[in-house]
Amino acid sequence: MLLIKNGRVLDPAAKTDAALDVLLDGERISKIGANLSAPGAEVFDAKGLIVAPGFIDLHCHLREPGQEMSETIETGTQSAARGGFTAVCCMPNTQPVNDNASVTRSIVERAAVAGAVRVWPIGAASLGSRGEALAEISAMKGAGIVAVSDDGKPVATARLMRQVMDYCNTLGLPVIDHCEDPSLFAGGVMREGPQSLRLGLQGIPAQSESICVGRDVEIALLTGARLHIAHMSTFGSLEYVRSAKKMKLRVTCEVTPHHFTLTDEDVRYDSRYKMNPPLASRSDRDALIAGLADGSIDAIATDHAPHHAASKDVEFDRAPFGITGFETALALGLSELVHPGKLPLMRLVELFTTGPARVLGMERKIAADEPADLTIFSTDREWTYRAADSPSKSRNTPFDGRAFRGAPMATVVAGRIAFRR
Amino acid sequence: MSQRLSHLLGTENLSREQIAFILDQAKPFQEFQRHPLKKLATLRGKTVAIAFFESSTRTRISFTTAAARLGADTMALQAETSSLKKGESLIDTVRTLEAMRPDGIVIRHASSGAPEFVAQRLEIPVLNAGDGTHEHPTQALLDALTIRDRKGKLEDWNITILGDILHSRVARSNIHLLTKFGVKITLCGPAMWVPRELERLAPNVRVSHRVEESLDGADVVMVLRVQTERIHEPSLAPDEYIAGYQLSPARLRLARPDALVLHPGPIVRGLEIDSAVADGPQSGVLEQVTNGLAIRMALLYHLIGGAAADAPHPAKDRLNASD
Repeated sequence: MLLIKNGRVLDPAAKTDAALDVLLDGERISKIGANLSAPGAEVFDAKGLIVAPGFIDLHCHLREPGQEMSETIETGTQSAARGGFTAVCCMPNTQPVNDNASVTRSIVERAAVAGAVRVWPIGAASLGSRGEALAEISAMKGAGIVAVSDDGKPVATARLMRQVMDYCNTLGLPVIDHCEDPSLFAGGVMREGPQSLRLGLQGIPAQSESICVGRDVEIALLTGARLHIAHMSTFGSLEYVRSAKKMKLRVTCEVTPHHFTLTDEDVRYDSRYKMNPPLASRSDRDALIAGLADGSIDAIATDHAPHHAASKDVEFDRAPFGITGFETALALGLSELVHPGKLPLMRLVELFTTGPARVLGMERKIAADEPADLTIFSTDREWTYRAADSPSKSRNTPFDGRAFRGAPMATVVAGRIAFRR
Repeated sequence: MSQRLSHLLGTENLSREQIAFILDQAKPFQEFQRHPLKKLATLRGKTVAIAFFESSTRTRISFTTAAARLGADTMALQAETSSLKKGESLIDTVRTLEAMRPDGIVIRHASSGAPEFVAQRLEIPVLNAGDGTHEHPTQALLDALTIRDRKGKLEDWNITILGDILHSRVARSNIHLLTKFGVKITLCGPAMWVPRELERLAPNVRVSHRVEESLDGADVVMVLRVQTERIHEPSLAPDEYIAGYQLSPARLRLARPDALVLHPGPIVRGLEIDSAVADGPQSGVLEQVTNGLAIRMALLYHLIGGAAADAPHPAKDRLNASD
C-alpha cells in the first residue's frame, strides 16, 4: 500500500482541486479523502505538490525494435518516467515497422519486462507504412495497439485514408495522421519564411501541413471515423480542426511542447532545432497557445524522437528530423503556459491526462478502483535541465541547459514509484 | 578595423568597418596581380586547406592561386575523390584535415551553414567559399571592390540583382554587404524565385517581378545564373526565362547609361545574359575574376598571416621595390 499524503489533488475529470490524500492498494486506487491513514502503508509526503492523474503521452518514438543505438523501450520509458509520464504511445516506425501482431506483441512483452512506465503501441495504418495495402490492424488490436498511424509520413492517399478510417471505425480505433503534402514539403528542412530565406535552408510552407489536415477532415466527414491530428503546428490546421469540431466530427489534435515554445526565429545551424513539422512562425505559435487555452486542442504530446549523437552531429540539411521531449514537457507547460498566465493549471493537467485519454477512448481520473497511476509535480521547483543526465540514449534537445520553474517530482505507475526526484 | 576576424563565414555579421578594411587591404593586392613576379613570401611556411565538398572551378582556382601568390602551401580536398564518398561525415573529414596542421581552411559545401558548423568545432580560421543557398562572402567582397573601382565609391547606389534570388548565395551575401553601405537593392526575377519575404532580409531591399521596372535607374545590374542544380520545384522553360528576364542590350538601356554589369559566373550565354552585354563596355565580369584574387589574398593574409591591422602591407613593399 502507498499513501500519498498532504498533496493538492487536481483531477480534471471530476474538476477536483482540493487538499486530499490518496491511498493506493496494489495496482489500483483504493481510497481518496481528507486525512487518510493506513497503518503499515508506505507514505509519500506530497506537501506543496500537485497530485494529478497519470500523464499520457500520445506520441513518442522508442526506437525498439531496430534502432537501439538511439533508444530502447527500457531507456525511453525511464526518460518518460522522469518526465512524469505513466503511459506512452510509441509510434510504429521501427525496424521492422509495427504493422503486424508479432511486432506488436514483442513490444508489449518487452515493455512488460523492461518498461518503467506503461507502453501502448500504435500500429501502422498500411503495411510497412508504405501507403499501399492496409496493415494487419485487427490482429494488432488483439495484441494491444491503441491507435493506427503511418507516422513519419502521412497516410499516403485520400483513398487509402478512407479505407483505413472505415476499417478502424468498426474496430473502435482512432486514426492518427502525420499531416503533410509531399509535393509542398519537397525536401524542405525548416518552416518557409523570412528565417529560412535568411539561412538559405529549403523551406516547408505551412500549407504543406494544413492541406493534408483539410483532406483528412473531409474524409472524417465522409466516414464518421475518429481522426487525430499528430503534432499540429499551424493556424490553418487548427482552423480545420475547429470547423470539424463545430460539425461534431470526432476529430482531435495534439501539440508538442516545442511548438508552443519555440518559433522558426529560433532556428540556427544546429540540428537540435530540426524537427518535423518544423518550428512554426510566431503567429502560428501564438494561435496554438490560444487553441490550447480555448479547448480546440485536446492534448500535449512530446513527439520524443531520439537520434544518437553521430546521426545528428552533421550539416543541418543532412540531419534527421526530431528531438527528445519527455523530460522537459511538463516543465515547458508550466514555464511557458501556466506561469505567464496563458493557461490555468487545471487545463494544463487536462492536456496531459483526460485530454489524451479521450483521444484513445479511455477515461483518466483519480477515483477508487481506477489504475494506480499518478503524476506528482511541483509548480515552483527551480531546476536546470541537463540532457547529459538523462536516462535516454540520445541528447538531441534544444532545451539542454534551460532553467525551469516547475518539475515532475514522482511518477507512480500501477502503484509503484517509477521515478522520484 | 574595429574587430579582428577569426573566421569569414558570411557578410551578414561583418560590420561596415570590417568590410571597408578588407577592401582597403585588397587594393595593393589588386595592383600586385599586374606585377611580373607574382609571388610573396608573406605566408611562407603556412598551409591552407582547400576543402571543396561541392564542385567548383573558378573559386577553387582563385583561392589556390591566392594562397600560392602569398607563398603558402595548399592541401586540396575535392568532393569527387574525398572520403565522403566512403561514408565519412563532414566533421570527421575536417578533423582529419586539421590533424595535418593547416593554418586555415577554405570550405565550399552544398549544405547551408556547413562552414559555421565546422568553425564551431575546429580551432583554425574557416573561410566560407560558398555554402548551399546561404552565403558566398568572398564573391560579395570582390563585387564590392569592383563596384568601388568602377564607380568611384560603394555607397548609396541603386543596384538591381536579376535572376534566381531564392537559390543564390551570391545574392544573399551581396544584399547583406551592400545594404550596410546605404545601397538600395531591387531584386528581380520570376515570382517563384523571388519571394516577397526577401524584403525582410535587410533594410532598403525591394522585390519586383517586372524586369523593366526593376532596371529603371539602376547604377549597377548584377545578373545571376539560373541554378538548375538547386531547384527542387518544377522549373521554368528557358525560352520563358529569356523572354521575361534575360539582360539584353535593349533592357540594359533602361538602366543608367553608365550602369555597370556584373555576373558572378559561370555565365550561361544566351540564357540569363545576352553575349553583347556580357562582353560589352559596361561589363565588369573579367575584372571581377581578377579582383577575386586580390580579395582572397587579403583575407588569407588577414586571417592566416595574423598580422596586426596597422602592419605594413606586404604587397606594397614589393610594388615599391619594383618602382
